[in-house]
Amino acid sequence: MVDAVLQGVQTPGATRKRSSLRRTMQRKSTVAFLMALPLILMIAFLVIYPALYSLHLATLNKSMERFVGFGNFLFLFKRETFWKVVEQSCIFALTAVFFKAIIGFTVAHFVHNVPNDRQRKWRGMLLVPWVIPPAMSCLAWLWLFDPSYSAFNWVLGIFNIGPVPWTGDAFWARFSVILVNIWIGAPFFMIMYLAALKSVPDQLYEAAAIDGANWWQRIWYITLPMMRNIIAITALFSLIVTFANFDIVQILTQGGPIDLTHVFATWSFTLGIQGNDIPLGAAVSLFMVPILTVAAVFILRDITRRGNES
Amino acid sequence: MTDAALTAPKKHAANPRYGSMSRDRTWALRWSYFFLILFAIFFLLPPIYMLITSLKTSAEISAARNPWWVFNPTLENYRELLTSPQYLGYFRNSAIVSVVVVVITMLISVPAAFALSRMKFWGSSTLATGVFLTYLIPETLLFLPLFKMFALFNEWTGIQLINRWWVLLILYPTLTVPFCTWIMIGYFASIPKELDEAALIDGAGWMQTLTKIFIPVALPGLIAATIFAFTVSWAQFLYPLAFTTSTEQLVLPVGIITSLIKGDVFNWGQIMTGALLGAAPPLIIYAFLMDYYISGLTAGATKG
Repeated sequence: MVDAVLQGVQTPGATRKRSSLRRTMQRKSTVAFLMALPLILMIAFLVIYPALYSLHLATLNKSMERFVGFGNFLFLFKRETFWKVVEQSCIFALTAVFFKAIIGFTVAHFVHNVPNDRQRKWRGMLLVPWVIPPAMSCLAWLWLFDPSYSAFNWVLGIFNIGPVPWTGDAFWARFSVILVNIWIGAPFFMIMYLAALKSVPDQLYEAAAIDGANWWQRIWYITLPMMRNIIAITALFSLIVTFANFDIVQILTQGGPIDLTHVFATWSFTLGIQGNDIPLGAAVSLFMVPILTVAAVFILRDITRRGNES
Repeated sequence: MTDAALTAPKKHAANPRYGSMSRDRTWALRWSYFFLILFAIFFLLPPIYMLITSLKTSAEISAARNPWWVFNPTLENYRELLTSPQYLGYFRNSAIVSVVVVVITMLISVPAAFALSRMKFWGSSTLATGVFLTYLIPETLLFLPLFKMFALFNEWTGIQLINRWWVLLILYPTLTVPFCTWIMIGYFASIPKELDEAALIDGAGWMQTLTKIFIPVALPGLIAATIFAFTVSWAQFLYPLAFTTSTEQLVLPVGIITSLIKGDVFNWGQIMTGALLGAAPPLIIYAFLMDYYISGLTAGATKG
């Protein structure tokens, strides 16, 4: 039907045709299609086409003249750095999401405990890390982690601890990038959980309190089951964003020391843009697809299920 | 209810059964404040330290004194950056890019959201799901093929897209449009059908229904979407880093990182000032429109 409409638009001519064209143009579905057309074109040319094109790119050699099939992938499998990147990406994403969820949940609970009129102020303050552009706040962290002037090490020095090589040593560099990611992402979880906490009816807690449930039982048997959906969907969203994260690692460590903090995004940038080997970089970035697909499928299932319920 | 808990101990002092429960609550409240203060320190430490450093001279920054205190506050860093044509150039580029991207995003996503939520056409529900899925595709997956596509585009047409600031006007909508469309679909869907039916009966066309009824009624959603589009384009780092290189084409995040860091010399006072000023527009918007900001944030997962 849409094709027919398009042809109608392309071949205006005789008056008879023009009137039929006008009728087509006034038809609801045609108008709707035209209104959505910019969106469709944008998604087709700037999202779906590049996504498929990267599949093709990944099968070319460095100068992009010759088809090498799975050559790039086989080359990656043989490199130790690749496996380090896989390992670090998984550690980075899973640890960060886990702690973001825990911290977000805890903070949301504390904010929820505070009298209603003061919640706004606390919520406003605690969301600041999420509002500051990550590139800017990462610079602040980079300065806090500075090898010679680290303000953290100065504080630790008072207690005769350190100096801690925040971005210099493999373990601490991994710790630092995860810490910064938690700092940026936890407020988002806090906001989502706070909204969810508000939707749990007070009567449930009152009933539980009368039955003698302690705070832990109230959380375990009421809050968590009531919030299960929102916890899952926030964690999945965050998993996607964290797994594909670029800014934090690029600014704090640029993948170093000795490539040990590289995640897929930064390594594909290093190979593709800085190393000028676009096919290899595209091949690396494609390894994000499986985990993204799994998360997306779960999110979509949840959303369609809610759509059917309403 | 929590207020009642605070005053409760006095009222029920004679009745120990209720008293113990309210005492629990009072303690819970004290602990909440204690931990909230701890978390607030953790969350606000980096921005505060940015401010502290931005008020220092380079001599004081490299002195081995307490880094958490400003001994000789100065606005020299601010003066220097705000009179530097280079920094102002980054700021201008960022502002133009973000504002134009907001306009493009709204022009694409509002009509599309209207069509998808109200006027069914062939494949419209699939498209709505597709829009949501595109929102889940990260930019780190697309920047390399897009880079190559633009290079090929240059070979075919002679139009150079790479290393021009306005290439960001083509790239950023891919990040903003899907989400904005998605939350606008949610807002439009919550408008009662009777409203647009009444408008249609009164002889309004589809465009009039959209501009005269849907946009005014869904204005909070529109503001939330605008804020989202603006903050995303202001903060975006990967695309400008990959697609622009010459100084006069850079936007703020990349500009600060590439030009204020000269070789291995870090002028931290200026970097922190630049970063703080760069973080200011989103922070100001957030301070004034917090409720819209937060409703946009939660809408993505809770609506639809």
